[in-house]
Amino acid sequence: MELLTSIFTIGTAQTAMELGCIYALVALALFLSFSILNIADLSTDGCFTLGCAVCCQVSLLGHPILGLFAAMLAGVLSGYITAFLQTKLGVASILAGIIVNTGLYTVNLAVMGFSSTLSIFKSDTIFSMAKGLLEPVIGSWYKLLLAALIVLLVGALLTLFLKTRLGLSIRATGDSPDMIKASSVNPAFTITIGLCISGSLTALSGAVLAQYQKSCDINLGTGMVTIALASLIIGETLVGKGGMFRRVLGAIIGSCLYRLFVAVALRLNVPAECMKLVSALIVAVAIASPALKKYVSFQKQKISRKGGAPC
Amino acid sequence: MLKLNQISKTFNPGTVNEKKALDGISLELADGDFVTIVGSNGAGKSTLFGAIAGSFYVDEGTVELDGRDITFEPEHIRSQSIGHLFQDPLKGTAPGMTIEENLAIAYLRQARSRFAFFSRITKKEREMFRQMLSRLGMGLEDRMKNPVGLLSGGQRQALTLLMATMVTPKLLLLDEHTAALDPGTAEKVLEITRDVVSERNITCLMVTHNMHQALSMGNRTLMMDGGHIVLDISGEEREHMTVNDLLERFSVSAGKALDNDRILTTRA
Repeated sequence: MELLTSIFTIGTAQTAMELGCIYALVALALFLSFSILNIADLSTDGCFTLGCAVCCQVSLLGHPILGLFAAMLAGVLSGYITAFLQTKLGVASILAGIIVNTGLYTVNLAVMGFSSTLSIFKSDTIFSMAKGLLEPVIGSWYKLLLAALIVLLVGALLTLFLKTRLGLSIRATGDSPDMIKASSVNPAFTITIGLCISGSLTALSGAVLAQYQKSCDINLGTGMVTIALASLIIGETLVGKGGMFRRVLGAIIGSCLYRLFVAVALRLNVPAECMKLVSALIVAVAIASPALKKYVSFQKQKISRKGGAPC
Repeated sequence: MLKLNQISKTFNPGTVNEKKALDGISLELADGDFVTIVGSNGAGKSTLFGAIAGSFYVDEGTVELDGRDITFEPEHIRSQSIGHLFQDPLKGTAPGMTIEENLAIAYLRQARSRFAFFSRITKKEREMFRQMLSRLGMGLEDRMKNPVGLLSGGQRQALTLLMATMVTPKLLLLDEHTAALDPGTAEKVLEITRDVVSERNITCLMVTHNMHQALSMGNRTLMMDGGHIVLDISGEEREHMTVNDLLERFSVSAGKALDNDRILTTRA
């Protein structure tokens, strides 16, 4: 027990949950593009940094809230280009994402004024604004409250959106392309809308992170797509598939859990240079877990059907 | 109603796999016509449907629907007025979505404004969907919140038929839509088809490999071979025709016997 508390203080859990909520927005973006639209959109990494960089620049001008919306707009543009490449120019969806991701590296550098880092330590952020308002009431929890509010608001809006006819059409596009064409909906249109929303969520995540850590780094987004995918799958495995609300909630919980795992690894004194490997392991285990679960239950069934004692 | 004017389509032109699937086909349908189509494998039946529905654009000729030239209209625009059912019962519905959600998407076709996109399924629509489903007599009205993937092939095909006709189409294309179903279910789906089509006087083209069906359903029968329509019978001539007459007429017109590995000449 003592070991457990030493590994896992309230402070670590709190930070992990804060990051979990912020990164959950990317998981929601991938939920839309990967789970719903059935498109592997690999522009996520670049799009995340784009949101971060745009938000930093706007925050430097003294408009942190406007920064969030500017970042989302940038994300919409990025998503639109990815969608344009695959729906109008016939580029395979995976390639379209890679192309946009590559291009975004330069764009991001340009947004950051051709410097690989950018800090906004002196600027106001949504967190510093919330601090003045909430800290007297709930102490250091104001960051978590704000991040959670943002992700829950986005999650709720996304759930509502997916129940509108446009949302239904986007879901059907991923589920059965033949059916959507037969229902007089242009799949190019639904894919474009879907990827634009997905891009805006990814960029929003980058923007919130920018204000959270008050800096931006050109390599911030590297590996984001794998991490978000892992979060999504952790959520799907634990919370399960079901209605849209449940799946959206699953993505958010999955993201928080992933950050908790990483926090534990850090507390176990895993050297910083090994963190990428640890992340990759967590991701691999998370993605493999449905298959492992299936294997275990199959073996159990085999043993019980043979009449042998289960071991 | 539908007017095909000398349409041709060649697949893989200029390669060894070149195939002229449609070769100058002209066809005119009157309002309310129910036409059955039979033909050998590779005769061009499904290609003909693809050309009408807009799965591809024809190389030559024009397609007119209700006096409007739709030759270069994309598939999703044409589907506002053309319903298309395939042999594969899994093709026309989205398996991961509920029955109700599938119906709501199909019902989008009647929406005139773009804002309808942001509306959600209303109580009134839900009640309407329930009534439509109950008329299928498959108990689907009590399973509206179930994913379509849980339904059987026959149920899915009946649902697809409902989706294609809930907003009355100008033209309904049925491409062997009962061929993958067991005989009992096939009969049930055919019955629903017959009811819906006659009740709302929908102009309909149906491909079948059942020769009895070809003669007993509808008011006109076409036979296709090698991208041509080789036989077109209707009226009195058709009424007195037996399956054997039909096969004989085919071999005379096409210069060979009807060859289709799935053809049924006896009552199934």
